[in-house]
Amino acid sequence: MSTTTENVATQDAAPEHPTDARYIRVAIILGVVTALEVATYFVEIPGVVVIPVLLAMMVFKFFYVAAWFMHLRFDSPMFTKFFVAGLALATLVYGVLLTVFEFWTKG
Amino acid sequence: MADAAAVDHGHGTGTGLSNNKLLMWVFLGSECLLFGGLISTYLIYRSRYADGPAPGDIFDIPFTSVSSFILLMSSLTMVLSLSALQRGDIRNNRVWLLATALLGSLFIGGQVYEFTTFLREGLGYTTSPFSSAFFTLTGFHGIHVSLGIVMLVSLLISSFRGTLTKERSETVEIVGLYWHFVDVVWIFIFTVIYLVPSPTS
Repeated sequence: MSTTTENVATQDAAPEHPTDARYIRVAIILGVVTALEVATYFVEIPGVVVIPVLLAMMVFKFFYVAAWFMHLRFDSPMFTKFFVAGLALATLVYGVLLTVFEFWTKG
Repeated sequence: MADAAAVDHGHGTGTGLSNNKLLMWVFLGSECLLFGGLISTYLIYRSRYADGPAPGDIFDIPFTSVSSFILLMSSLTMVLSLSALQRGDIRNNRVWLLATALLGSLFIGGQVYEFTTFLREGLGYTTSPFSSAFFTLTGFHGIHVSLGIVMLVSLLISSFRGTLTKERSETVEIVGLYWHFVDVVWIFIFTVIYLVPSPTS
């Protein structure tokens, strides 16, 4: 009985969140990546190069915000599983949809 | 006695996790499907602009870049407001909540300006499949940001009434999760819709 309560109490304990200085550093990194993204618009780069670079920066920003600002890095893995389940399902469903509409070949 | 304390804390659940927080994560997972559908629809229709303006002709990238930066920084102010409340710093919690609501309002103001500019340039909701998909996607996102601003103002009112305390910081955390999600969705929209080279007429 008391073991169960202790387990609940342990899991309930608020996770250690980063300091304000750390959050500011994360925001600066996100700002710099956004500036790099915008810079690609003003520089002549072939689409075959710029699109994968932009998508890589987008994925980095997406997961960086989720990890630090949404605290997935520190919270229970259960939250990550629920979020990633929705994200993976959406990617699968709409990946199939775009394939059916020949988006990858005809754009 | 210990069990009662756990229940009083509001987290005496089977998983040991807050049900409210778990519910928000499940909701955000389902929101991925909503926005995934809207983004896919846009991608399918972005080349079908009929006689209306093409995406590459009408997008104002410098303006949208500033809007995106504003929304990104609102995520910082949101997380700082939570951090302040978790320390019991009510004053800074209010300051950062207000800053987040103002930055969100600035983003919405920018979106209203962008929509009216597009309308003046001949891009209405029913002009082409591209315009319908574009306005539906960005409009849905704008509605989400607006709802977030309503939540932030509600938190501010609670704070001034004295009901938003350190012990109830999870409420700010849950609203924060919603706000950050709206931000990550915009990260996706900004890259895929605006920055990836679009068709021109």
